[in-house]
Amino acid sequence: MLRTVHYQAPKTKTEKPNLWDAIAFIIILTILAAFAVAASQMHAPYQVGKPIEISLSPTALPGYAVNTVLRMFIALFFSFLFTLIIAPLAAKNRLAEKLIIPLIDILQAIPILGVLSITVVTFIQLFPNRLLGPECAAIFAIFTSQVWNMTLSFYQSLRTIPKEFHETAAIFHLSFWQRFWRIELPYATPGLLWNTMISMSAGWFFVVASEAISVANQNIMLPGIGSYISVAIANSDLTAIFYSILTMLIVIILYDQLFFRPLLTWAKRFNNTENIEDIPHHSWIYKLFAKTRWLKTFSQWCGEITDFILNSPLLRFPKIELYAIRPTYIYAITWFWNTVLWAGCVIASLFLWKFIRQTVPIVEIQHVFYLGAITGFKVIILILISSLIWVPIGIWIGLSPKASYIIQPLTQFLAAFPINLIYPLAVTLIIHFQLNVEIWSTPLMILGTQWYILFNVIAGTNAIPKELLLVAKNFSVKRGLWWKRIMLPAIFPYYITGSMTAAAGCWNASIVADVLEWGKYKLVATGLGSYISQYTTIGDFPRIFLGIAVMCFYVLLINRLVWQKLYNFAASHFVLEQ
Amino acid sequence: MSKSLLRLDKIQKSFTNSEGQKRLVLDEISFQLQENEVVALLGKSGSGKSTLLRIIAGLELPTEGTVFYRGRPVLSPAEEISMVFQNFALLPWLTVLENVELGLEAQGMPRKQRRQKALETIDTIGLDGFESAYPKELSGGMRQRVGLARALVVEPELLLMDEPFSALDILTAENLRNDLLELWTDKRTHTKSILFVTHDIEEAILMANRILIFSSDPGRIQIEIPNIIPFPRETQTEAFRKLLDQIYTLMTISERERLSLAKARIKTTAVTHPEYAYRLPDVSISELTGLLEAMESHEVHSKVDLPKLADELYLDVNSLFPLTDVLDMLNFTKIVTNGNIVLLAAGKEFAAADILERKHLFAEHLLKYIPLARHIREVLDSKPNHRASKSIFLNELEEFLSEEESERLLSIIIEWGRYAEIFAYDYDAGILSLENPQ
Repeated sequence: MLRTVHYQAPKTKTEKPNLWDAIAFIIILTILAAFAVAASQMHAPYQVGKPIEISLSPTALPGYAVNTVLRMFIALFFSFLFTLIIAPLAAKNRLAEKLIIPLIDILQAIPILGVLSITVVTFIQLFPNRLLGPECAAIFAIFTSQVWNMTLSFYQSLRTIPKEFHETAAIFHLSFWQRFWRIELPYATPGLLWNTMISMSAGWFFVVASEAISVANQNIMLPGIGSYISVAIANSDLTAIFYSILTMLIVIILYDQLFFRPLLTWAKRFNNTENIEDIPHHSWIYKLFAKTRWLKTFSQWCGEITDFILNSPLLRFPKIELYAIRPTYIYAITWFWNTVLWAGCVIASLFLWKFIRQTVPIVEIQHVFYLGAITGFKVIILILISSLIWVPIGIWIGLSPKASYIIQPLTQFLAAFPINLIYPLAVTLIIHFQLNVEIWSTPLMILGTQWYILFNVIAGTNAIPKELLLVAKNFSVKRGLWWKRIMLPAIFPYYITGSMTAAAGCWNASIVADVLEWGKYKLVATGLGSYISQYTTIGDFPRIFLGIAVMCFYVLLINRLVWQKLYNFAASHFVLEQ
Repeated sequence: MSKSLLRLDKIQKSFTNSEGQKRLVLDEISFQLQENEVVALLGKSGSGKSTLLRIIAGLELPTEGTVFYRGRPVLSPAEEISMVFQNFALLPWLTVLENVELGLEAQGMPRKQRRQKALETIDTIGLDGFESAYPKELSGGMRQRVGLARALVVEPELLLMDEPFSALDILTAENLRNDLLELWTDKRTHTKSILFVTHDIEEAILMANRILIFSSDPGRIQIEIPNIIPFPRETQTEAFRKLLDQIYTLMTISERERLSLAKARIKTTAVTHPEYAYRLPDVSISELTGLLEAMESHEVHSKVDLPKLADELYLDVNSLFPLTDVLDMLNFTKIVTNGNIVLLAAGKEFAAADILERKHLFAEHLLKYIPLARHIREVLDSKPNHRASKSIFLNELEEFLSEEESERLLSIIIEWGRYAEIFAYDYDAGILSLENPQ
């Protein structure tokens, strides 16, 4: 039998560009040019104390928006780099793992906005007389808001790579380098991409908060949407606030359409579970680029270059031998390392204690713990209230495909929206109706993170097997019984994950939400957030450290005592086996 | 004169669990593999045969002994050995072509050359037309073809296969097996020998020149059977049936010997090792009942032909032998030679009884013949409130067995005990008791 049809290798000869090439080029060039202009400003000379003029004219906003977005992407780039280096280190080296994973656990609990004041000073000293110092501090703040969950996601993926993939790599003698690019990174891509999107959403909150910062009685303002808003607040300019909200909406739509949609469409191939429900990611930009000719040739070159780098003989690191070190040595090294780590912890704590005790009396430390308890109480109440609101709504959305189709993109968008933009509106309301600040400023803490509860409840509802719902219908299980026996247990594990994330975000947001300003008005609520925020403005470092340490302590304590326990309980009792 | 490719010298492998208990999975395995041979490692799951294959592949190191490939000890994956995995282990983000190219890429072969070679192999293995497909677009059979192509493209001298067709349906498996045999008999590959693991007796006879039968706990080579039936082999021929019967008999006998051996071992060390702490096969009540019913209807001259029954019920070695073991332990059946099994009076009665009578009969035999069930019942009887925590029994068992094995053993006996209603178990509280749930 003759087989006449043979596989044709993709053509590599250059073809004429088509219309799609032109459009694609225009898009790419516009983006590049905008970023180039924004980047050149970052290096401008700058003197501490010299104010940067922020114009409230709406025509200045697009330029500020590009500045802000550029900061986001620079931070994202570094987060990605950090993730690619640190996560494999933790996943492959048990000694490094013992240091990195608990450290990330703690770093996650540290309030980013509290640390900002410390990092600004450091970076200004690193790059004196340049705008680059404050720029770096802002980027670093965004970086810290993005990086941890990306790193943890990559680490988790690396740890759960199926044994057979490792064996495949070993049988076919893949080098360390090839293994990383051919197996480890692709395997982790879906999780990493999803977490990057979440990180980006979280990042908007911090980019807005970190552009305009007052440290040690100095007002530093970087050109960007965040500064625009803060000037608008100082001038009580409601129209400007409205413009900035509008700009933010457009920016979020654009970055979603131009960046994440194409990425999601492209990354579909990495979904390693076969029967994952294929959410159709339509991306016009991906389709557009797929239709181009020149750019396709270009991407083929990229493919060949990637191939060359991937298989370069220079990077063929020695293959991993099965057992390089004897178990007894491993034991000794582990013991030594544990001792070093514990000693490090003790020394760091002592150092911190001494630093704080220089100026802060014991009574005040007690008071800060009291403030922490107040904030903790607020967080718990907020989680309860928003659960009452979002759990039924989430279940309703999850059960109705039509509602999911319309509402889900909307909520994803709302999650990305930096909610601190609307704080000024809250201030005007509170002042106008003469409301109690202690009570009415509190909901602001959860506005940005409540969506995590909603997302997870929707996801949980979607994951309920259809048969289960049919059974309920068949036996006419209704109302109380329906909630008690079916819906609540089924979504419980998802709900816990959502509230855990929402609660962690609340603590962080309290630093911004406890102190509200509008023109000459300033509203301060009691809590750990306002404590940190106030001393940041003055630049009292021992007290800032104290505030951060106490917040960190509370977050870790609640994670361990409440969330972790609930999570384990949920995992052992309510997880639906497929 | 054929040359020796592979030599295993007294391979032993034991795993140590978190509490430092050792469990021997492979014991004293020695054999040689010559050029131009297809050898099957046949045994139940859990007999350590997959572990042995991984040791030969250089993916794991033996605890004792050495594997030699052409006289060189295998300490890491050897260049001349390639492997096909049970669940294919294809990389889902690479196309068929890229998956096949993987091994060549690792060798550092230039792009053009390796593409050429991969395409040739894809042609030979019957995958042309699917080059640019992703694995998730393919059916199981096609996926395993990619697995084969990926293993063969690097031109291995020795091809290892870990239950390569067990994840496929019967027809697909047969089709793929025939294609592979054709490649082999026509000498269209560079592969000199094939060593494969299987639990399918027919598959072993269809493909191998030599069959090594494994016994489990710990894995040992029980016996080696040459297979000189000429190709192409047909399952309905006299020679085939004869060999099949022979292997069934050997495997059932070896199981019986193992069981009595385990019992004997317990008796000699009775002081430290209580009677209840020995392993039970992991089988469910419905399987047991189903098999007993089937046996009753297949009974001819008060005997049941095991190979025939297995064939009709589509039971492979993995699922059949644990069931016959348990029926044997419970004194419902008795295994006799020539691959036959005899239903005892209790077995017949059980098959004919209704649900409640079955429960009674099962409870009676469970308490009489399974020491662990008896032990739990005695403990519960002796307590004033007739309750005891599961962890008590778990701790008792862990003195003699690994943590994992104790957990498994208890969950089996809880299922049986609940069915027989000799005790109850509350999952949330982790408590065994004699009371019925409120």
